[in-house]
Amino acid sequence: MDVISLRNISISFDGEPVLKSISLNIRDKEFITLLGPSGCGKTTTLRIIGGFTKPDRGDVFFDGQRINGLPPYKRHVNTVFQRYALFPHLNVFENIAFGLRITKTPEKVVRQKVGEMLSLVNLSGFEKRQSGALSGGQQQRVAIARALINKPRVLLLDEPLGALDLKLRKEMQGELKNIQKRSGITFIYVTHDQEEALTMSDTVVVMNAGEILQVGTPEDIYNEPRNAFVADFIGESNIIPGVMPADFAVDFCGGRFECVDKGFEKDEPVDIVLRPEDLTLIEAGNARIHGVVRSVTFKGVHYEIIIEGMGCMWTVHSTDYAAVGTEAGLEFEPFDIHIMHKS
Amino acid sequence: MAPEKLVRRFWESIRHIKTFIYRFYVWLVLVFFYAPIFVLMVFSFNNSKSRTVWLGFTFDWYLQLFKDETIMHSVYVTLVVAVLAALLSTVLGTAAAIGIAGMGKRQRALIMNVTYIPVLSPEIITGVSIMLLFVWSGLKLGMLTLLLAHISFDVPFVILSVSPKLRQLDPHLFEAALDLGAKPMSAMRKVILPQIWPGVITGMLMAFTLSVDDFVISYFTSGPTSQTLSITIYAMTRKRVSPEINALSTLLFIVVLTLLVIVNLRQSRDNKQPQRKEEDVR
Repeated sequence: MDVISLRNISISFDGEPVLKSISLNIRDKEFITLLGPSGCGKTTTLRIIGGFTKPDRGDVFFDGQRINGLPPYKRHVNTVFQRYALFPHLNVFENIAFGLRITKTPEKVVRQKVGEMLSLVNLSGFEKRQSGALSGGQQQRVAIARALINKPRVLLLDEPLGALDLKLRKEMQGELKNIQKRSGITFIYVTHDQEEALTMSDTVVVMNAGEILQVGTPEDIYNEPRNAFVADFIGESNIIPGVMPADFAVDFCGGRFECVDKGFEKDEPVDIVLRPEDLTLIEAGNARIHGVVRSVTFKGVHYEIIIEGMGCMWTVHSTDYAAVGTEAGLEFEPFDIHIMHKS
Repeated sequence: MAPEKLVRRFWESIRHIKTFIYRFYVWLVLVFFYAPIFVLMVFSFNNSKSRTVWLGFTFDWYLQLFKDETIMHSVYVTLVVAVLAALLSTVLGTAAAIGIAGMGKRQRALIMNVTYIPVLSPEIITGVSIMLLFVWSGLKLGMLTLLLAHISFDVPFVILSVSPKLRQLDPHLFEAALDLGAKPMSAMRKVILPQIWPGVITGMLMAFTLSVDDFVISYFTSGPTSQTLSITIYAMTRKRVSPEINALSTLLFIVVLTLLVIVNLRQSRDNKQPQRKEEDVR
């Protein structure tokens, strides 16, 4: 069952098209991430679902009902804003209770529900603190508790972890995922961080320049990127131009390679993706792909090695070391080759 | 004595003289500003009608003020007009500031400049033009016209006092309130107003002060039965020469001065607040 559907949504700001007729279905209770570089229209999409921005054309459906003109305060959708937007004149308790105060909930119920929310986000005992006296991570949790207390069907999160440091971000990723599972609320999450998107989501929507490029599970998006942009944006890739002479065969770098893809036109020009971690370093002598090592960078778990050869720069992630200036060869298996239509 | 030492002494004394001249100059300016008011205050306690000879201390002139019906009536007019003008211009000015904050960049710049014009233009022109408007529209000059005129010159000051507060706001606060179920008016009342409240109060005090203080515009827009204090003082200086004027002026001066000090203190405190908050977060 789709909780939210977008149909042919278009919008421009000052004559600049920001969304170009996008359509998207969001299933109930899923964790869906809108992923893309800044300016791709992901935040605008979120604001249209929240009711803060009206699309120029197209429809928004909630549970099958058209909600285009419905103001934010009548939608069963709540938002965690990018810089939290906590109310500075209220303490933690009153910030979280805000939604209940609006509906004139009895004091006893307010106390009980705010208490539940505080323990959900691990902030029990912080009731009396002023929002200005909290750390970034704590403000973040208050913002989440405040948005969840109205029991929305859908929670919108606009780069909620953007302002946190790396360690805290990792912790919060796990916590958010837990909260989503426990509460059974649909999360629509906006980020430009591909690693965050892959870690947390059930579904990833890759966007660029106002268009949706690909929708799929994190595995699908990573393993079967639909075009060069997606491949490049989701993790590092070597993208090489080639031609498909027949099913299960592809020509690039002056050679014919076996692959597992089929269904392309005969001699169709394609982009070939080879992930850096799928390439293995071997002796240069008997390798079909070989070149000169141009740089080696230590990355912790592996070395990032750049090899120049066969008219390309190859990025390799390997636990083996190769000295700069030496000859090196590359090897890969047929299923490591991902083939995409030219975009 | 060694020659270098002498030279150093020489420059040192030059520096001392320089500081002395600077300080002397500042004091001179202050004396020019405040000596007349100081003399006026001193002679408001003089036990004589003379304005040059001191004949002992008295409170009589102050007591007589309260027996003078004309003066008491003008105090009443001044306070009623100032309070009403302050309240109404605060409501209008705050609403205007919120509207201006929601405008686009170019529109906002235009409106803010229009707002500045009455603040900068000569009072006499504002006064005469408002009077002409009332005469043209057939309104009889009196309490109402006085009030309208005061509101019109108070509103820009309220806008200028509230606008900076709105600029400091997180632009998503209003949306966050709507998101949590608050209707627009209730979001304004529960979230935006508490944030800009210090600016609103400062604007209201400012408006009140300006109303009490105003002479020129009131002179042109008040009727014979609605004279403010400053107009009464002006009229008194033309008819009878009485030390009551000294007493009345002293009181008015002290009231306005106190209000201005409060407004200034509030403004400098308001400007400090956001910085302090940022430090807290760090």
